[in-house]
Amino acid sequence: MSGRETSPEWPLYEVFVRGKRGLNHVHVGSLHAADDTMAVLHARDVYTRRNEGVSVWVVRSAHITASSPDEKDPMFAPSGDKVYRHPTFYEIPDSVPHM
Amino acid sequence: MTTAAEPRLAEHFEATIARHDRIEPRDWMPEAYRATLVRQIAQHAHSEVIGMQPEGDWLTRAPSLRRKAVLLAKVQDEAGHGLYLYSACETLGVTRRELTEKLLDGRQKYSSIFNYPTLSYADVGTIGWLVDGAAICNQVPLCRTSYGPYGRAMIRVCKEESFHQRQGFELLMTMMRGTDEQREMVQESVNRFWWPALMMFGPPDDASPNTARSMAWGIKRDTNDELRQRFVDMSVPQAEVLGVTLPDPELAWNEQRQAHDFGEPDWDEFWAVVNGDGPCNAQRIEHRRRAHDDGAWVRAAATAFAARQAEGGRGR
Repeated sequence: MSGRETSPEWPLYEVFVRGKRGLNHVHVGSLHAADDTMAVLHARDVYTRRNEGVSVWVVRSAHITASSPDEKDPMFAPSGDKVYRHPTFYEIPDSVPHM
Repeated sequence: MTTAAEPRLAEHFEATIARHDRIEPRDWMPEAYRATLVRQIAQHAHSEVIGMQPEGDWLTRAPSLRRKAVLLAKVQDEAGHGLYLYSACETLGVTRRELTEKLLDGRQKYSSIFNYPTLSYADVGTIGWLVDGAAICNQVPLCRTSYGPYGRAMIRVCKEESFHQRQGFELLMTMMRGTDEQREMVQESVNRFWWPALMMFGPPDDASPNTARSMAWGIKRDTNDELRQRFVDMSVPQAEVLGVTLPDPELAWNEQRQAHDFGEPDWDEFWAVVNGDGPCNAQRIEHRRRAHDDGAWVRAAATAFAARQAEGGRGR
């Protein structure tokens, strides 16, 4: 048992499932697999036992590039002060139809 | 981690918790928060994995093909729940291998309920009704826990636990409509599992030193005693429908509290089982170690195959 296993651990994969046609693939979790094919099979068994999906993507976690170590960071600051990008910024009288 | 930035980071962490917002894996978090979560999620994951055994014992002896298919699906779900939770736990910087090894050599625990044996087929029903029922009571509030990956895993788990509880209750209802002998089997099973199910919520609040801190961090949402009370109040009317007696002479409706009064579980027994002295502790771990060892060649073969594929695809 413990200590006996010396080979490297199987790589970690992130799993994305398309719930049904017309929807995006959404991240649902992760799993370990020896290779890509096994990752797809494991993803099916672990994350779609009840018709949760019609399509699965797997990608090695190590291949994901993320914005920053912190979920809150200056990278997203530029969108914070541009309220004029939202439709609610513009005042239009209620009497104008279809807008 | 001790840096000049730590106070500011801690402030940001506290503010996120205060807003009831979620902490995500790459956020800074106090080391004790991380350690508490690793311990709790690992214990939870190990419970799902060990939890396959008591019911797995009945797979080959299910009384019909329907019951067998249901039980197989349920046991497979427990494996899946273990995997969701290991995956959540790994986002905190521990490896799967580390978790596996800590379970196998007893450095991390699993729920004591799985150290009780399943002596009759009625136990499959009772586990679904009471044990999974207690688990649902524990887990529904955890869907809102402050650590994002844990909460998301719990949402998936809770959706599936509902099937577990209902199949158990239906199994018991079917037996209660059967012969006197079958009804006795159900009652005998409920007698054995009622108290251990109450113990699943953990020690009483005054003997649970970490509860306050876990609640302040939003990891736990309710105290052990609150959850235990909720479970008793849920179970009493269900027992009435079923026609079984819960084995507690002190169990009675308290009009003033609008809740049931009930007896004290045997906490000496609880601590004995937690500390390794339950009916099946040794057997459960022994079985898990054997399964792990027996699977070693499969893991090695898959690793070798993947390596050869990567080299040049001679494998197919």
